[in-house]
This record gives sequence, C-alpha cells and structure tokens, in this order.
Amino acid sequence: MAETHAGPIAVTGNEAVAEAMRQINPDVVCAYPITPQTEVVQLYAQMVADGAVDTEFVTVESEHSAMSAAIGAAAGGARTMTATSSQGFALMWELLYVAASYRLPIVMTTVNRALSGPINIHCDHSDTMGGRDSGWLQIYGENHQQAYDNCLQSVRIAEHMDVRTPVMHMYDGYVISGAIGPLVILQDEKVRDFIGPFKAINPMLDVEHPVTVGPFDGLHGWYFEHKVAQNRAMDRSFKVIQDVADEFAEITGRHYGLLEPYRLDDAEIAIVVIGSTAGTTRMVVDKLRARGVKAGMVRVRVFRPFPHEAYAKALEHVKVVGVMDRADSFGAQGGPLFLEIRAALYDSDPRPQVLPFVYGLGGRDIFPDNIEQAFAVLEETARSGKRATSERRYLNLRKD
Amino acid sequence: MSSRGEAAERPGRWDVDDVQTWGPDKHQLGATIPCAGNSEEVETGGWRSQLPVIDQAKCSGCMLCYFYCPDASIIIADGKAVGIDMKHCKGCGICAKECPDRAIVMTTEEKD
Repeated sequence: MAETHAGPIAVTGNEAVAEAMRQINPDVVCAYPITPQTEVVQLYAQMVADGAVDTEFVTVESEHSAMSAAIGAAAGGARTMTATSSQGFALMWELLYVAASYRLPIVMTTVNRALSGPINIHCDHSDTMGGRDSGWLQIYGENHQQAYDNCLQSVRIAEHMDVRTPVMHMYDGYVISGAIGPLVILQDEKVRDFIGPFKAINPMLDVEHPVTVGPFDGLHGWYFEHKVAQNRAMDRSFKVIQDVADEFAEITGRHYGLLEPYRLDDAEIAIVVIGSTAGTTRMVVDKLRARGVKAGMVRVRVFRPFPHEAYAKALEHVKVVGVMDRADSFGAQGGPLFLEIRAALYDSDPRPQVLPFVYGLGGRDIFPDNIEQAFAVLEETARSGKRATSERRYLNLRKD
Repeated sequence: MSSRGEAAERPGRWDVDDVQTWGPDKHQLGATIPCAGNSEEVETGGWRSQLPVIDQAKCSGCMLCYFYCPDASIIIADGKAVGIDMKHCKGCGICAKECPDRAIVMTTEEKD
C-alpha cells in the first residue's frame, strides 16, 4: 500500500492503522500480536522486512515486555509506537503508569476487545476503560478513517511540549479492525510535514549528557508533585488536542473536536456513546427525527482527559440523557462513561436526568432496535416529568 | 521519518539546594535527573542508627572496608581508613564485618 490514492480505498481498520504507522515511520516499534490487533503488527513487521520503513522492530515475548521496551526506547530518545488489545493491554498494566509518569510520548493503538473471563475475543471497551486512570490520553475512533486520522494526530498530541504524555487511540475490535471500510489516505509527504521531526527530552542515548531516568523518589520525595504535574499536562492537553485537530482539518477537510454532537441543538433526549455504535445511533436519531422526536446524540472522542465542561455545555438543555457503556464498573453506580457524564452535569441548572445503559459486552450485537428501546426509555422519562430510577438498563441482554 | 532527538540545554550541575520548596511545575519532566554525578549531593545517611568507629591503631591498611562499603563512605588517607562520610553512611555494618583486624566496631548512634 505504499502508493497513495486520491479517492477512498477499501481496507480493514487494522490496515488503515498499519498504513498510518508506515507514514509516521517511527524509530522503534515494540509489539506482540494479540487478537484482534495482530494484523497491525503483522503488516508492520512486513513493512520493516520489506525496507518500507526505517523502524527498529522489537519482537518481544509478551506485552509486559512490549511496553517495557517501548519505555526504554522512548527514554533512549526514539519516537516509539506499539499496539495491543484486551489481555495484552492488561498485561501492560504496571508499565502504562510508568510510561505516563516518565512523560514519554509513546503512541499506542489499542483495538478494543473484552477482557476475560469467560474468555472472549470480541469487542467491548473493558480493556481501555480499565486503563483510564493510568495517566495516558485516550482517544476513541468510530470508523476506519478515524482510526487512521487519530493515529496520526496522536503522535503530534503526545509529543507536544504542553502534553508530553503517552496517547492511546482506540477503535472497535472486529467491527472496525477486521471489517472492510473506506479510507482516504494522505500523501506520504503531507503526513511527514504534519508529523514533523521528533525532539527527545533528556534522551538517555545522548552520552555527552548523561541522565538518570526513573530514579527512586526518596523517602519523602516529590511523587505528589509529579502526579499533579501529570494532571496539569492533562488540563493543557484539551487545547493541544483541538489545535492539532484544527491543523489536521486544514490538510484533510475532516474536522474533529473533543466530542462530536449530532442533531443536539434542539434535542430533548440524547444518547452519549463511544466507538462504532455511534454510526448505528446516528441512523436511529435520523429515524426518530423523521417521526418528530427531538432526539440527538454525542459521540465521545476524547475520554482522557474528559472534557466535562464541554459535555455540560452540550447537554445542559437536554431533558434526559442516556449513556451507553460498552464496559461495566462492577459495583459502581453505572459504567465508566455514565459516571463521567453524570458528574459533568451535576452543576447544570436545571440538571438533566442521566440514565445508565450497558450494551455490547463481549461483542453482544447492538441492533438499531436496541437503541430505539433506549430512546423510548428516555422519551417516556421526559414525557412523565418524573425522575426515573438510575439502575442500569441492559440492551439486548437475555432475560431470566 | 523522524530525526533522532537533539539534546536539550542542560547545566553541568543541577542546583537542587531548595528542592524541598519545589512545586509541581519546577521539577524535571518525568522526574528525570538531568545530569550525572550528583548522587553525592543527596544525603542518604539520615536513617543510620548504628555508627562505625575506627580504631586507627589496629588498621593495617588492607582497604577491604573501602572496597566493601556500598555507599563509598570510608575516607582513606595515606592508605588507611581515617574516617566515615557521615552524609552517606547508612550504618549497615559491612565494614566492621569485613575488617580482618577488627579495627571497626559498630556503636549505637545517639541523636538529639
């Protein structure tokens, strides 16, 4: 796929990302194959073998090692990327925090897949939702084009000196990763200009200026201050993410924000959703609108940092908001996205009702009918004017 | 294609004299120590409870204490152990254990 195409081509989501990585041409890729991400690193390994890229490809023996090697490479001064899914993501766990706290601008593609058990290889968001407090930025894509576009933008965001924090970008396993969809590819030189050269900070391989990376913080050291510094970088990243998106729009005509509202301006009921299900939800919104129902939607793009003020502004006029989580937080009031949205709207007056929906766990199908059922709950709640219970509503769950 | 990273401007010595007052924005990115050879400036002897005392009359100058000391805290002069670097000695007692002349004994350190 080295040649560039003027019009859209048909690719899998994984092919789209491998192509983005070829154009980024990172110094180092450390990766281990796992379903449904395998195709990304398999294709990339072939590009390395073919001499299509200059990358040092480190074939590690596990994802724990993949992230460890990525940390070493990035600390050494290399532009570094990796990719994973599900159990592989879980195996990286302790190193995710290390990468973030060392402020290494690693970019990782994570193809969303359920976590065991029961063992399951299909899509849900339980893998990356579990990593939401690891200190990485998290950007979710909806389709093939966004997988490609987010991959390119992630490099710029991670490396920006106001951020200097690793970024993971996601798309749905199988639904996007393995299915064929349309992709418009930028010319290589446009990507090269957009990405720009990499500037390492305190690289270990600069032997003229020796440094210590990852020192012990002492018995009464500065851990607390470093954690606050990480959070300040998160705060600054809102602007960086938007600036990078705006610059990207100039060369592609494709516009991205922190979140993506749809038919929301006069909506009375709305659904907030992540990933490929946004496409189905948009279709249902159109269908309800044709019937005169004031339905709207927000697609989540950036989950970390969570743009809570933007959500409050986008949703405060809505009567009832339904939040669709494709991961659960067992024992919590609702799924992770629900908790964020509800908290974001707490200061709104009047305060919209926010109801939790859980769907699609372990790749359970989500049909337009299921989303219509969710909208029906929102519509009924809005009409009644009463407060509905905030217990989870499960979509397409087999009944007892 | 990315170019290899350039070195950022870094001082020969890292001035951390007032590090106890540093807030989140003053620290190096990711807690990296930006130059070498400064562990000497960090006091690591604060948790010592046992103190090595050298009887210089017994010291034969074999320097085993010097080689075994994990914190490079034995001060040598004219080939003999003459003192302890109290800023870095943790009181582990390895010097006393290894000394073949029993010229070093550990004593309980009393602090105010």
